[in-house]
Amino acid sequence: MSVQCLTGHPGIGPAVTGTALVAADNFSARYDLDRIRGVFSRPSHKLFGESYVDRILVLNAAKGGVATAWMLKEMRERRLAPLALLLNFANPIMAQAAAFAEMPLIDRFEGDVTAALKSGDRLEIVPSTGEVRVLA
Amino acid sequence: MRLSDEERAMRDGAHGEARRWAIEQQIAVGEFFDAEDLVAITQVHIHADAEAVGVAGIEFLEKMLEEPAEGRRFAVPVVSDPRGADFRRASELNYDQGLLANEARLRDVLAALGVLMTDTCIVYQCVLPPVRGEHIAFGDTGSVIYSNSVCGARSNYEGGPAALAAAITGRTPRYGFHLSERRRGTCRYGFADPPRHLTDWGAIGALIGRQQGSYWEVPYIVADGPAPSSDALKHMGAAMASYGSTAMYHLEGVTPEWREGALEGDAVTIGRADIEAFYASFAPSREELDVVVFAAPQLSLYEMQQLAGLLEGRRVSGNTAVLVAVPPETKSGCDRLGLTAMIEASGAMVLEGVCFYQMHARELGEANGWRVLMSNSTKLVNIISGYGYEPVLASMRQCVESAVAGRIVR
Repeated sequence: MSVQCLTGHPGIGPAVTGTALVAADNFSARYDLDRIRGVFSRPSHKLFGESYVDRILVLNAAKGGVATAWMLKEMRERRLAPLALLLNFANPIMAQAAAFAEMPLIDRFEGDVTAALKSGDRLEIVPSTGEVRVLA
Repeated sequence: MRLSDEERAMRDGAHGEARRWAIEQQIAVGEFFDAEDLVAITQVHIHADAEAVGVAGIEFLEKMLEEPAEGRRFAVPVVSDPRGADFRRASELNYDQGLLANEARLRDVLAALGVLMTDTCIVYQCVLPPVRGEHIAFGDTGSVIYSNSVCGARSNYEGGPAALAAAITGRTPRYGFHLSERRRGTCRYGFADPPRHLTDWGAIGALIGRQQGSYWEVPYIVADGPAPSSDALKHMGAAMASYGSTAMYHLEGVTPEWREGALEGDAVTIGRADIEAFYASFAPSREELDVVVFAAPQLSLYEMQQLAGLLEGRRVSGNTAVLVAVPPETKSGCDRLGLTAMIEASGAMVLEGVCFYQMHARELGEANGWRVLMSNSTKLVNIISGYGYEPVLASMRQCVESAVAGRIVR
């Protein structure tokens, strides 16, 4: 049952349903992840040690370099990828990565998406309309 | 997005599968950022190291190579970012053979597609600097921020697939830093004390960068004193981009668009105490150094001269590896000028066409027992902790003293 709906800018990728992993921190696949083990590996990251595999990552802004543009596709092929990305602010690299990997991405929400959602929320996300529904 | 007849034909597949893929990628990204159309570009800088590209990316590129040549021919010159291995020295660094094989596959397919394998992140110092107003598609954060800020060219961050798409279509979506209105200052900064060396410039870049809320911020910086060198702005920009996802800044009185980008009002002032606190924030668990790295960005000829002078007649500790990364073109110059020999006589290793964090740094660290790493690169110390290292930031002189001592010299 839908109890809450958030709206961002229309995004990229297919609609999916999954479980949120949320932090008021930023994101770069190269800087923050151990992509072999599927966990956050940057000691200063708020999700350090957490598995991101098959989770809808809900974070603040895209940071760091350009490598994520390639990395998301490789991570999906190896089944060690997040299910989707919800960000307050994507940068071009995240959008290019999502387009290349066909991974759902939405950003530019009406408020702070990291405050509106919490880890463990079940979410349905619809990039074509920019909508995120909290299912439970 | 508004498309020309030619662009619609690309989208509809009339120019082959490669151009259809490329323009569909660009339309998806352009619509995401509300681009009205595509803009013609003149050159591309493509990031593609094997650790980032992965097997999936290599196979994608190999499949593209199977397309008819006319359908995938690049519309503009394309140059490459650093590779993940210097094959001449790989055996000395205990590379995994499987990773080396991937590097070779990637190198070969990029070259076959038509990429000029310049293997450098500092194209603006050693290939062909873009000019003011030139629309480009550059794919290294350091080359983008330098080109936008110091050269006055126009580029967004174009990751590898996007740079490839731009190479094939000769266009890129017109949003972000291709638009004049996105290039104005959004936050004002000042220096209380002049930077003492290149690493201070990097630290200032990091302190500014980490305050930026998103890619769309443009720091406007006021600083007294003489105009900084290209290397100073290289270090500041690379760090700002790394910490902030920042793609452009203005430096009052120095960078070409500072008047158009000017921002009045109170400035956030960065002082010596801020810089020293930033250095102090890197505190490894032990003093013994495993590896000292000069890279990220690759070194210019002048930096190589400075490093050679600091190492001349000295010997680095047998317990500490010292790696120096330069573009191939700069390496040739350093060989001819005797700088490579001066540096390597100390026991340091000069690597060409690579950058440390792109060299499968996690696996190299495990293979060589490297954990405590010192560098004069603010960008590198930001990246490398995620690869299992404990980084320390210091000036080039301190790095050399520490490499000789085999432990951190403060």
